[in-house]
Amino acid sequence: MNLKLKIWRQDETSGAGRFKDYEIRDVSPDSSFLEMLDLLNEKLVEAGESPVAFDSDCREGVCGMCSLTINGVPHGGHRGTTTCQLHMRSFNDGDTITIEPFRANAFPVLRDLVVDRGGFDEIIQAGGFITCRTGSSQDANEVPIPKPVADDAFDFAACIGCGACVAACKNASAMLFTGAKVAHLNTLPQGKAEKDRRTLAMVAKMDDAGFGNCRNYGECSAACPKEIPLDVIAKMNRDYAVASVKGIIGK
Amino acid sequence: MNLDARTPDGPIAEKWSRHKFTNKLVNPANRRKYHVIMVGTGLAGGSAAATLAEQGYNVTAFCYQDSPRRAHSIAAQGGINAAKNYQNDGDSVHRLFYDTVKGGDFRSREANVHRLSEVSANIIDQCVAQGVPFAREYGGLLANRSFGGAQVSRTFYARGATGQQLLLGAYSALSRQIGLGAVKMYNRHEMLDLVLVDGHAKGVVTRNLVTGEVKSWAADAVILATGGYSNVFYLSTNATGCNSIATMRAYKKGAGFANPCYTQIHPTCIPQSGDHQSKLTLMSESLRNDGRVWVPTDVADCEKPSHQIPEEARDYFLERKYPSFGNLAPRDIASRAAKEACDEGRGVGPGKRGVYLDFADAIQRLGASAIKERYGNLFDIYQRITGDSAYEKPMRIYPAPHYTMGGLWVDYNLQSTIPGLFVIGEANFSDHGANRLGASALMQGLADGYFVLPNTLPNYLAGEKPGSIDTGMEAFRQVEADVNAFTNKLLSINGNRTARSLHLELGRLMWEKCGMARNKAGLEEALQKIPEIREEFENNLKVVGTDKELNQELERAGRLSEFLNLAELMCHDALERDESCGGHFREEHQTDDGEAVRNDERFAHAAVWEYKGLGEKPVRHVEELGFKDVKLAIRSYK
Repeated sequence: MNLKLKIWRQDETSGAGRFKDYEIRDVSPDSSFLEMLDLLNEKLVEAGESPVAFDSDCREGVCGMCSLTINGVPHGGHRGTTTCQLHMRSFNDGDTITIEPFRANAFPVLRDLVVDRGGFDEIIQAGGFITCRTGSSQDANEVPIPKPVADDAFDFAACIGCGACVAACKNASAMLFTGAKVAHLNTLPQGKAEKDRRTLAMVAKMDDAGFGNCRNYGECSAACPKEIPLDVIAKMNRDYAVASVKGIIGK
Repeated sequence: MNLDARTPDGPIAEKWSRHKFTNKLVNPANRRKYHVIMVGTGLAGGSAAATLAEQGYNVTAFCYQDSPRRAHSIAAQGGINAAKNYQNDGDSVHRLFYDTVKGGDFRSREANVHRLSEVSANIIDQCVAQGVPFAREYGGLLANRSFGGAQVSRTFYARGATGQQLLLGAYSALSRQIGLGAVKMYNRHEMLDLVLVDGHAKGVVTRNLVTGEVKSWAADAVILATGGYSNVFYLSTNATGCNSIATMRAYKKGAGFANPCYTQIHPTCIPQSGDHQSKLTLMSESLRNDGRVWVPTDVADCEKPSHQIPEEARDYFLERKYPSFGNLAPRDIASRAAKEACDEGRGVGPGKRGVYLDFADAIQRLGASAIKERYGNLFDIYQRITGDSAYEKPMRIYPAPHYTMGGLWVDYNLQSTIPGLFVIGEANFSDHGANRLGASALMQGLADGYFVLPNTLPNYLAGEKPGSIDTGMEAFRQVEADVNAFTNKLLSINGNRTARSLHLELGRLMWEKCGMARNKAGLEEALQKIPEIREEFENNLKVVGTDKELNQELERAGRLSEFLNLAELMCHDALERDESCGGHFREEHQTDDGEAVRNDERFAHAAVWEYKGLGEKPVRHVEELGFKDVKLAIRSYK
């Protein structure tokens, strides 16, 4: 396949960025999107030009390191698929493809297509855990957890923290990401003890880290490569309301 | 080189308890005076950093990814073993110990493996308490499945994403400690060298991958949790960033490197489709619970679509050769059997380097929805990469480099031959011998991180005066200067070859000569050729950009420099180990039907290599391995 690429180039966070045009020839339809960019970078380096910086690691759709907004859609818009799992057979010979970083104020560009998603780590640090000192836990089968509850918890826990939800949202809201973790932990019996504290702390940190408000557009869930359902946002709102009321009237 | 394993005395089942009692402790009020450095924050590093911080130590942790949540432990799919015996099918600590020693082809240290089995049950308790959503039965209790090399069901799992869920558990514990200020976490930092003060590991030098800043860090002890080195083969199931800089720099500073030739080739990966490929993707071993592996009996059938090949013309070669373990034969054995079938010309798919993994029987027996419930996400991954649906036709799979049992030598305390340098998880050599059983990597990473290191590190720290090291010391300035000089060298070569093209060349050589099967002539040839590739690297490498910016080409070149050194070390080790054992298959040593033949008289030991300078042959030392509780026997799965 031969393709035309419009790629966002930016040297550093404080610098100005711009789109630059590239042509690439002889791309295998069996290669992944990132392997297509690898090929471009090989050509650029051979020509002494600066290669395009982009994040990736596991390249099998689970680490959440890869990003990219492809033709305006985070991860390229194939249901349940990260950029690293997107294959070139999804494109046509002669296509022009626009490639940008995930755009959000809370995700500053570090270089080219690489962004800083440290805000997500901060949200988890604020409350995305169950406090349990190593070695102090009871036998794993002590508390039975009904299968449907465990299955729900798994669905919520499947989030890979890639940031597509934020990039897809007009307001750059992190409600889906935060909601997924809150829902995962608040659903399980082990997570109940810290439920209120967790929910309030994570939401506060989310606002603090510069993410926008939720307006129920639903773009986040549509762009999510792990298909986290919008329900997690409703659940978090409910838990947040309960925790807030308890805070006002006392426990 | 001092290879005293410091294995405690007493019966095997009491060694760990006795050791914990005789180890020195640091009292809670004094712990805050100690600083430790953790390099790598995957399952082992993340769990250890969190646990040490909970105990009261100050931890400074580094990872090369943009968040600890992305470490490659996340990609483990199938499960984690534990001797819980919830299935009442005859499991016990002793059986897990026995299976692991046997699975490792009698090349691991008995006392370490027994300890691993002992703490395995605590890991499951810990993870459930953290909220890891393991699979459950309708009664609400935990579910299990089987993995290779075992005849019991002891594997706990979270669909096909067990590694992800366990890593996110460790990451949540780590995040809590970061939030509390007990762990200082530095993402996008790569360790480039180790700093020794008076022969003890007391710091590291890192490069900030965003700004390029090179910086020294001092501590009372250094822990490496930097994973394995399968990427020496270029194509492997590892993440593209996985590398061996940290372990190799420690090796160059005097840490012994044990059994570098023990590499695991995983039988069930998606076959390579072309030269564009940057990595290979694993299909979990758990699929062999329900999938049947076969190739056409007749070479002439190989070009036909699978559904046109009748049952009687199929060779279910694992079931035929290993009737008692069948499709769940251990990885090294299953991989070699697949290679053998393809070598006979009976492979399927492009290039005929593939065998079928067929779910038709299981779908007929259990229904497609049950199979979807168990393996849905794996089938989805397969479809995305290949464009084929495994519900409709068999998967095509082929072996690929996946895990490395070799690593830095450690004693029973997980301390390397450098005092103060501890090594945990895949980065050390300790528990899997010459072959790791499925679902045991997650177990070992978390055992080391949650339960072993936090009980052995204090014994070292108690003998050290806290806070006596600072980065102003001459030792740090010297190492920083070395690091900068090396980076400048890479940038100044200005030749014509990219790091990727050189890595591809090295990887192909290693796969052909030091991969699934090895022989003397091939290894000698590789030892001739690797220095030629290194010479090309040193004289004709091209890295664009500078060291003062985010420069992924520079990162790649630095990582390749150590893969070149490691490749040579692997070949030396494979050549000297003149026997077949586990993942190390020397073609000269096999039975008539192609099974590995060990030589216990000459090689019932760990080979530990001492660095003697670039281009010099390293010196081989041995740690003799005693087998008192599991009798040395021919490993049979027939």
